[in-house]
Amino acid sequence: MNEKLAFSQVDFSYGERMLLSSFDLVVKKGDFVSLIGPSGIGKSTLFQLAAGLLQPQAGEIRIDGVATKERLGKIGYMPQSDALMPWRTVVENAALPLEIQGCSKKEAQRRVREELPRYGLSEWADAYPHELSGGMRQRVSFLRALLFGSDLMLLDEPFSALDGITRLELQEWLLQMWRQTGSTMILITHDIDEAILLANRVILLSGSPITAPVEREVPISYPRSTASRNLPAFLELREEIWRLLRQAAGARVQGGVVHG
Amino acid sequence: MDKGKRGIWFAASLLLFLALWEAVCRLLAIPPFILPPPSSVLHALWELREPLFGQHLWATLEEVLIGLGISIVFGSLLAFAMNRSRLVERIVYPYIVISQTIPIIALSPVFILWFGYDISGKIAVTVLFTFFPIVVTTYDGLRGTDREMIRLLQTMGATPWQIFTKLQLPSSLPAFFSGLKVAATYSVSGATIGEWLGASEGLGYFGRRASGNFQAPALFASVLLLSLLGMLLFWLVGYIGQRYMPQTRKK
Repeated sequence: MNEKLAFSQVDFSYGERMLLSSFDLVVKKGDFVSLIGPSGIGKSTLFQLAAGLLQPQAGEIRIDGVATKERLGKIGYMPQSDALMPWRTVVENAALPLEIQGCSKKEAQRRVREELPRYGLSEWADAYPHELSGGMRQRVSFLRALLFGSDLMLLDEPFSALDGITRLELQEWLLQMWRQTGSTMILITHDIDEAILLANRVILLSGSPITAPVEREVPISYPRSTASRNLPAFLELREEIWRLLRQAAGARVQGGVVHG
Repeated sequence: MDKGKRGIWFAASLLLFLALWEAVCRLLAIPPFILPPPSSVLHALWELREPLFGQHLWATLEEVLIGLGISIVFGSLLAFAMNRSRLVERIVYPYIVISQTIPIIALSPVFILWFGYDISGKIAVTVLFTFFPIVVTTYDGLRGTDREMIRLLQTMGATPWQIFTKLQLPSSLPAFFSGLKVAATYSVSGATIGEWLGASEGLGYFGRRASGNFQAPALFASVLLLSLLGMLLFWLVGYIGQRYMPQTRKK
């Protein structure tokens, strides 16, 4: 079984409001999965459950096929904001997960310095976050999540705060990183194009509570680039996902449940 | 405006102010026991240099530094405890808020009553003045830590102690230092009031005695020294903050 992360019959609610009900999701090793859905539907909650910040009220979450309750410290997580410490330099920020794992500061920073060239950050090793552009800050944040050493990464709208050009650059860059590291990646995004361009599988989350997610394989082979957006297969899939999202939104309005 | 220009303007306005003061005293023939001209204040400072610099300044400085030191240690520890335990926070925080609203000067004689007329009484009053600004700002600084960063560290498997030392402590330092700046100036007031209430040395004691004897130039000399002491402490705290706070540290 090459299953990396799985939700099985998971229930979760915040107070009165049920977000997940008998929810199933399987992510295979080496997958790049995009999660897309209207805002406020509970995508970030899904990540917090996966990372172990929250526990399901029923059902189980499996890592590598084993039901795991203690998931903190097992999954790399890249939050929406870059969440870099303003008082630490690039090297010191990226070394944080190694320090937490008990590595000495010196050793941690030595290992980070070895990695920097691959991320185009060697010139900025001793710069502070406020001296970097948004795109570079996200690269540092990504490097930090990678150095954490897990081969499963959760990316929570990592590019949402970036300008369009930087965003395109970083999408291609992320694809390269994924292929180099062979990690399993799960990406939350609001952007249909981004969801399709990066992932081999797109999962649509809809309904309140979310029960049966709709899955679509992306029929475009890697390596992909920004130009892949013009392929007929891409456009077709985009149309379909757009239609499904609109249907979901319509159903929510008819059902009288509209969440922001 | 850059720093140098500001300094020049300040020096010019200060000189003008002193010149006007001197002129008013001389032209209107104001009796020196009401308002001494700056020249006689400086003269008094020089004449009284031995008791002022040899004894009273050091006595006050000792009270200020010990009092401030106690407040820093125990104030930060209390803030840490409140941050660590909701129970401690629930029990202690209301008192801290209340204590900010009562006039501490009115409480000072009580502290002298409890801690006596020797140095411990003055230190107690200094602590009374400086403790709460430090607790409140440090606690707020710890509480103000970015939630998303805390969550990120948790996903890395960080222990509560690691989250405290690597994230909360450094991110609370700017708040701590701004509280300490306030406390540094309050500490001089605290020591002075402690000395007014009963002492045999210190600048507050010296000034009150001079006031009782209508020795206005001596009184002004002690006030001048107390003010300079407060400014020096304020500047020192700011300097240490700039120099050692990780947020402002530069390679």
